[in-house]
Amino acid sequence: MPSRKLIVDGKEIEAEDGLTLLQACEMAGAEIPRFCYHERLSVAGNCRMCLVEWVGAPKPQASCALQVRDIFPNKDGTPAKINTKGPYVRKAREGVMEFLLINHPLDCPICDQGGECDLQDQAMGYGRAAFHRFNENKRAVEDKYMGPLVKTIMTRCIQCTRCVRFATEVAGVPDLGATGRGEDMEITTYLEKAFASELSGNVVDLCPVGALTSKPYAFNARPWELRKTESIDVMDAQGCNIRVDTRGPAVLRVLPRLNEEINEEWISDKARHACDGLMRQRLDKPYVRKSGKLQPASWGEAFAAIAARVAQTAPERMAAIVGDLAAAEEIKALKDLMTALGAAHLDCRQDGSKLAPGPRPTYLFNTTIAGVEAADALLLIGCNPRWEAPVLNARIRKAWANGNLKIANIGEAIDLTYPVEQLGGIEALESNPFLKVLADAKRPMIIVGTGALSRPDGAAILKRAAKIAADSGMIGPAGSAAEGGWNGFNVLHTAASRVAALDLGFVKGRDVSGIVDGAQKGEIDFIYLLGADEFDVGHLGRAFVVYQGSHGDAGAHNADVVLPGAAYTEKDGLYANFEGRVQMARRATFPPGEAKEDWAILRALSDVLGKRLPYDSLDALRKALVAEAPLFGELGKPHAHQGADAAVWSNVGADGPLDVSRKLAPAISDYYLTNPIARASETMALCSREFAGGSHKMAAE
Amino acid sequence: MSVRRLSADQPASFAFNDANAVRCEREIAKYPQGRQASAVIALLWIGQEQEGWVTKPMIEAVAKMLAMPYIRVLEVATFYTMFNLEPVGEHLVQVCTTTPCWLRGSDDVVAACKKHIAAAPHTVSADGKFSWMEVECLGACVNAPMLQIGKDFYEDLDGPKTEALLEAFRSGQTPKPGAGNGRHTSEPEGGALTLKDPQLYNGGYNRKPEAP
Repeated sequence: MPSRKLIVDGKEIEAEDGLTLLQACEMAGAEIPRFCYHERLSVAGNCRMCLVEWVGAPKPQASCALQVRDIFPNKDGTPAKINTKGPYVRKAREGVMEFLLINHPLDCPICDQGGECDLQDQAMGYGRAAFHRFNENKRAVEDKYMGPLVKTIMTRCIQCTRCVRFATEVAGVPDLGATGRGEDMEITTYLEKAFASELSGNVVDLCPVGALTSKPYAFNARPWELRKTESIDVMDAQGCNIRVDTRGPAVLRVLPRLNEEINEEWISDKARHACDGLMRQRLDKPYVRKSGKLQPASWGEAFAAIAARVAQTAPERMAAIVGDLAAAEEIKALKDLMTALGAAHLDCRQDGSKLAPGPRPTYLFNTTIAGVEAADALLLIGCNPRWEAPVLNARIRKAWANGNLKIANIGEAIDLTYPVEQLGGIEALESNPFLKVLADAKRPMIIVGTGALSRPDGAAILKRAAKIAADSGMIGPAGSAAEGGWNGFNVLHTAASRVAALDLGFVKGRDVSGIVDGAQKGEIDFIYLLGADEFDVGHLGRAFVVYQGSHGDAGAHNADVVLPGAAYTEKDGLYANFEGRVQMARRATFPPGEAKEDWAILRALSDVLGKRLPYDSLDALRKALVAEAPLFGELGKPHAHQGADAAVWSNVGADGPLDVSRKLAPAISDYYLTNPIARASETMALCSREFAGGSHKMAAE
Repeated sequence: MSVRRLSADQPASFAFNDANAVRCEREIAKYPQGRQASAVIALLWIGQEQEGWVTKPMIEAVAKMLAMPYIRVLEVATFYTMFNLEPVGEHLVQVCTTTPCWLRGSDDVVAACKKHIAAAPHTVSADGKFSWMEVECLGACVNAPMLQIGKDFYEDLDGPKTEALLEAFRSGQTPKPGAGNGRHTSEPEGGALTLKDPQLYNGGYNRKPEAP
């Protein structure tokens, strides 16, 4: 791209024509204040805070709305001079700030944005403290209803329109708008409608003032009181980078962290707002079922009850199921313990998915999240990325908005926020007009969802999907999209633990439905649930059920022994996201009451069962984990595409007929209630009632 | 100007009549494929001509016709003051109160409206015949003060003349639009003072001198 020279604050730089002057000034190391400008949104240019001086120009220039290509050199041919400091710029910005503050209320002491407010910070730099000349009343604006997550105090709004642009451009749900004009302009939804996006919480982060704040977090804390812990989200399998803000034992809020390769700077509403579920329905002491009722017990009693039962159970009548939120360490510990006991049946696929451990690319999202932006054709099979991975959906939307990404869907018609060609039901897998588009595309992609893979004919669907991938040349050269490689075959997981569990091979003997069936028929006598609540836990017959987990959900209610574990914010743990990228979640608080970290529970139990696991610390466990699966030693990298390997790709799934009479339904029926933490959250219950038509059940305390 | 909100009182439904549906199609066809939203102002205007004001069902109908989110049409309807968001009387009286009209006595015109229509603007009179509002300059300053009823200008008014005008409308007549004091358009009262030479108008000054 052509570029030109500029002199910014006396420093000569070379800036590309496509950049804005604001970006060019930042390249030169200058700091430009701004309210409306945001690098991931379109340029609005309406706050005027980013004014700079272009020497020779008659007026200060709004640097966000001025492109470098429009800045011509001086008459004598020397590069244009831009000043971002000095009395001229300062006076201009002070004038803008004065205008902004005419109508902005002085309610910082009662404003939730206080301490992390762009306007507050910049008023410290550019406010005119010495005098004021406006004695008129400030304008007052009625507060608007935007749903259960976004609280509005619209008098504080400075009309930067970041929220409107986010809703329209990134979220793809054009529910927000600016009505009226001039002084009477107001940001609103259409007639008090809720902002129906799974990414709605991000407008709170974008709002540079306190007009849009978080409703569940309202009046809870000041930012400087909170301890910040950088962690990983487990509400979906994307592994979004988050920051967990805690005060004492309470997780007060979750905010996104920047990671260009995964979540940019967005997170979903469930990741952000399910955190109040961490304080409710918690298992804080062990329980043992005595005469039909769960009674509080000591750890020793609970372990003794398990040991007594294990001693009388034959290994082939023992099963273990890993839940959706488990970290790799406890999966490894459970696998080692169960292997030592000789348990015959292990499974991690609560949803009944037909994926099997094997070569990693066969169950990963190989294109990678950032790689989606390079794709030019996309076929969705039985998935709803808007609910299964909302931030990935925003990335698909971005790819569609930036270029020529053509998207088609096999399965139910869903509003995914971008146009999708509907190909029909599962029969379209055999032949459909979009296959030609895929074959002609340079970088075609296919995403197979859990909704398709968890059907009885899931393996046959997987086989056909792999065939489509092979036929249309999706499995390209080795390397990432940026390096010229391409792998367009993708599986979209919904469970944060799934990839790690498959990596560790936690699949053996009967699958989950087989275990339930066996328990009902009396063929399975002992079942160990590691946070597993998402399958038919109510029908385990007379089997002895041990539930280890953090929340009193379906699994714990049906258990004979309950062992209180730690939630994802209460332990250090490794999670592999659907790209196969291993990331570490960090402990932000301690587990409540007598609850312990899950690997430690398994280690202690192994001692009681006489099969002591060979690690006494988390470090030792990690060493064992890395020794078994070296990929857990490489944090932060997605699985590297090794190029087409016919032996791998011809063995995906299984041959078999498709059940065309069965409707291809998505895996998630209610986005807001997919795991025990979300189900314990009041906020998620409100969202479910507002957006997903769910009934509003308060968590029973 | 004040905060513009949709009326609390909304009809149940809206549909363009056949003639207006044809006009709408013609407006939409003016824009290239994918840019149909450009016709939103025209469609709201046609709707307002049909109903007298912009209703919530109208906004939703227009949004559906142009494949726009409702909020985008609401933004347009609340931005432009030419769209009436409250019901209007059979005759909508728009009184200019910008400086030239005000200097020439628009206060009297407003007082006449208050007396003969309703005390407050944007209120339909008891008999349903009128509603009035203040507007910014309508561009007839030479004939100030003036007001607009429907699509016609009534100019050179004062209090009594405005009252007579409104009474005429009330009794079902349609007074002749234009200057109210007998002058021709915006000529000086009593007739033109300059540019009276007929040669100006028959091309006389432009005629080439005849060859000798």
